Amino acid sequence: MKKYKWLVPTIYIIFLMLPIYWLLNMSFKTTTEIINTYSLWPQKFTFENYITIFTDSTWYTGYLNSLYYVVMNTVLSVAAALPAAYAFSRYRFLGDKHLFFWLLTNRMAPPAVFALPFFQFYSSINLFDTHIAVALSHCLFNIPLAVWILEGFISAVPKELDETAYVDGYKFWRFFFKIFIPTITAGIGITMFFCFMFSWVELLLAKTLTAVAAKPIAATMTRTVSTSGYELGLLAAAGSLTIIPGAIVIYFVRNYIAKGFALGRV
Amino acid sequence: MNKTENQKAWLFVIPVFILVAFNAAVPLMTVVNYSFQETFGNNVFTWEGTRWFKQILQSDRFHAALGRQFLFTGIILFIQIPLGIFIALTMPKKGIGVSVCLVLMSMPLLIPWNVVGAMWNIFALPEIGFLGHTLNDLGFDYNFTQQIGDAWFTTVLMDVWHWTSLVVLLSYAGLRSIQPAYYQAAEIDGASRWAVFRHIELPKMKKVLTIAILLRFMDSFMIYTEPFVLTGGGPGNATAFLSIDLVKMALGQFDLGPAAAMSLIYFFIVLLVCWVFYNLMMRNEAQS
Repeated sequence: MKKYKWLVPTIYIIFLMLPIYWLLNMSFKTTTEIINTYSLWPQKFTFENYITIFTDSTWYTGYLNSLYYVVMNTVLSVAAALPAAYAFSRYRFLGDKHLFFWLLTNRMAPPAVFALPFFQFYSSINLFDTHIAVALSHCLFNIPLAVWILEGFISAVPKELDETAYVDGYKFWRFFFKIFIPTITAGIGITMFFCFMFSWVELLLAKTLTAVAAKPIAATMTRTVSTSGYELGLLAAAGSLTIIPGAIVIYFVRNYIAKGFALGRV
Repeated sequence: MNKTENQKAWLFVIPVFILVAFNAAVPLMTVVNYSFQETFGNNVFTWEGTRWFKQILQSDRFHAALGRQFLFTGIILFIQIPLGIFIALTMPKKGIGVSVCLVLMSMPLLIPWNVVGAMWNIFALPEIGFLGHTLNDLGFDYNFTQQIGDAWFTTVLMDVWHWTSLVVLLSYAGLRSIQPAYYQAAEIDGASRWAVFRHIELPKMKKVLTIAILLRFMDSFMIYTEPFVLTGGGPGNATAFLSIDLVKMALGQFDLGPAAAMSLIYFFIVLLVCWVFYNLMMRNEAQS
């Protein structure tokens, strides 16, 4: 029994990789080949789809737009969440428990509920179709998550650290930036990873709040499919490319990722 | 941890409060406004009281969507939680295998949701997809765009593919926090594999598993993009879960009043269930 234990993760990983392989397989075929012949690997291997994406600005600006608002959102969320998480972890104050749960309720709100009001709201303040609009709207679910994860990591740091620093004559902000932030860099890194992840994968709000100038890659994909018939090869290539940023960031946080999913509470 | 009473802590919380309130308050009030009024465009509103709420709560369409949603979420939790624990138990504990497993298993989590839907669409199509083609070769009459059972099978399989790794990672983190001394003690006592799992590993995973169930409940209950791209809610309305039905009503038919009322009822249900889980979680935390 012990001897065959490795089989389970292996089979699971193969199951995970199959659809990804299929997408890659299709991305190296022409659309005609996809529709007319069924084969486990490309018969006429082609880079055409990728070349189209990298040379046509409607495609590659989609990537840049996505990366732009995702990075903006990540920085915004973590910067705002850090002091708040510290406060929730260290202090008792009027309404703290209620406030914490209220924050979490926003993580629980179905984006479908907010799509239309968001569109009206951001249009009325003239932010429609800007990167900042998407970045701000993603704060709705990323800030609660960031506060939650950071609070877990901060609570794991003994309070004596703060107290010793004050005894040593540190003022609060100097302590916060010089001592505290360096102690929880792993927590901050993992929080940034999660903000990046949830902003990168979200489409409903990003699509609702943009038209042309800030259109995310994921939305570009849906539009191209509906206008020019099913350009399956192109769609597959664009899809494959959206996997890359995620794969890169996972590699950097792989040792902390499990702890992060446990919201810093293991 | 014993916390100090300090009202100035509010200053730390203000940026978060403003950013979230900016996003939550106005849109939520818009929904509330619509839910009590009738509109014919041009900003003309008439008061309707609780009419839309009554209409939604009595409508068969809402009941059907709600039923499908609970069934879907139930199936998802029933498959993903045990499967996730099982895979976590068999994962390597040290060496290069750990990194390989963690990186590869996390991959599905970082793929944009509509790409997940599109990917599964071309993976499952009977003519050109690997899954569809293979199943038909094996003699199954499989077509997820035509048959209700196949559509459900594919949607569930897609979600298992997409999110089981979350449960695996959480369970794995819980397992890693167990001191080797516990296992040694169990070995001395001659405890069976099942006893080790039941009395050592499961209690240690309680905290992370509550989080896993909470997150999986929330996200599967709000699911929209993946099934929308995969099946479009079809065939018919067979896979039109709550969010899909809601968007259809709000943006497709522009029935803003009923859609807003449905939004609020929907949100309320999510809140209620999450509140229960949240309190369970906090109680776990207070105990440890």
